[in-house]
Amino acid sequence: MMDRRVHPILAAFAACVFFFLLAPLVIIIGAAVSDTTYLTFPPQGLTLRWFVNIFQIEAFRTTAITSLQVAFLGTALSLLIGVPAAYAINRYRVELPRWLSTIFVLPILVPEIVFGFSLMKSVTIGLGLPIFISLLVGHALLILPYSVRVVGASLAAFDFSVEEAAISLGCPPLKTFLTVVLPNIRAGVIAAFILAFITSINDVSVSVFLTGPGISTLPIQILAHMEQFFDPTIASVSVLLMFVTVGVMAVVEATLGLTFLTK
Amino acid sequence: MKHFARWGLTMPATIAVVVLLIVPVAITIAATFAEPKGVFAPYVTFFSSGFRRAVLYRTLEIALITTAISLTVGFITAYVIAQMPGRAKSIMIVAAVFPLLTGVVVRSFAWLIILGKNGILNAMLISTGILSEPLSMLYTEGAVIVAMVYLFVPLMILTLVGVLEGIPRDLIDASASLGARPLMTFLQVILPLATPGLIVGAVLVFTGSFTSYATPQLLGGEKQMMMGTFLYQRAMVTFDWVGASTIAAIMVVLTLGVVLIMSRIARRLNPMAV
Repeated sequence: MMDRRVHPILAAFAACVFFFLLAPLVIIIGAAVSDTTYLTFPPQGLTLRWFVNIFQIEAFRTTAITSLQVAFLGTALSLLIGVPAAYAINRYRVELPRWLSTIFVLPILVPEIVFGFSLMKSVTIGLGLPIFISLLVGHALLILPYSVRVVGASLAAFDFSVEEAAISLGCPPLKTFLTVVLPNIRAGVIAAFILAFITSINDVSVSVFLTGPGISTLPIQILAHMEQFFDPTIASVSVLLMFVTVGVMAVVEATLGLTFLTK
Repeated sequence: MKHFARWGLTMPATIAVVVLLIVPVAITIAATFAEPKGVFAPYVTFFSSGFRRAVLYRTLEIALITTAISLTVGFITAYVIAQMPGRAKSIMIVAAVFPLLTGVVVRSFAWLIILGKNGILNAMLISTGILSEPLSMLYTEGAVIVAMVYLFVPLMILTLVGVLEGIPRDLIDASASLGARPLMTFLQVILPLATPGLIVGAVLVFTGSFTSYATPQLLGGEKQMMMGTFLYQRAMVTFDWVGASTIAAIMVVLTLGVVLIMSRIARRLNPMAV
């Protein structure tokens, strides 16, 4: 917008906001390495035993695996149905009715907790679907808007005459999509994948209804653990989740640049 | 062939949304009108109970306060970020995105450590002599609001940085060269142009906090029950599915209503669209 000097009061205010945003995360890291059986900050002594402890608790291991499976498969599923939809919406914009693109925003508009509850009643119990499958389709649907909208944003910037040139030169439609269109919207697909994956791995409101005996996700397990024990293990799990976030951000920065998030 | 491509490609996703979202939610809402006791019986039950009304009012109140604080804090911060030179701007955006990508459970848990009876804030206040005994800060409306603001400020910042950067520099320079003082430029140029973005951010935060589950569950407990936690409790603890469906219906109507009305206002207010 402009690069005039910022008023000192405003700058100080922004500094306080960033302190407010980041200090709690630093506190979690401190609590995770404290050599005490209760949560405290600043840490008393240094230890990594709470990190070791996570891997000894089977519930964390199994739910982490479930979370990763659901996030990967759910994201893949949402891209598999979302990318063709995004393509059609942008390619045939004039011919398709507007309500069609509105439909794909609904999973964001309907409150998650209502979505989870309704899905549990109608699909898990009503149709008798296995818990893992319900969890998977629930997540795939929850993250579908990212696939359609983020990929759609890339497609909106794509010049479809390039595709027509390929087809008129005799390239079959599917091959054209894979070799001409897809490489051009790669950044959008990566961004959609990352946003969808992060949303899935952190979800509570939908998962809380779709987990059941034997199958749960990591955030739900953390909540359950917190109600029983209030020890640094939770802090160390949180730190591991933060590392995953850092990793994901590094990937975003390397592929797209983080500023794409404000566009 | 072209007809197939047009509709066929959108079909899998459309069917998924209809079968897994629209139909289940419609069944949930329809069930509240099919009660043997009368068409509106579950709603009469809901609104005639002082306790249930209190949950609804508390949820609205917490969501409104959270939205107002997040708007103010987010706007000022986004304004500062938008004025920063390139490198500093990227660092500040990274710092704002990082908490956003860290899950709700982790971020609410942080406030559990800070606000607890043996928490950091109490320990600090006691060691500096401001307090002699620890305060009970958890399970209060304030705790829920602080944690919610913490959740939503990054979202507000990101939304508004994009909006503020979209304001053409020429307009601000023109305003200044025509003799407007910075405050005047802010009130007459920047604020009106940012209003549609402010509305979008406000809608995101309001609907997000109105329907939240994990944060009120952890920091509010039973005492500060909100609609999301109430729905879960009705459905999974007391197995009152009609009661839970009624709460669900009220939440859907309120959130979709707010989204529709505000997006219409945002579109009308957009001075750049004229």
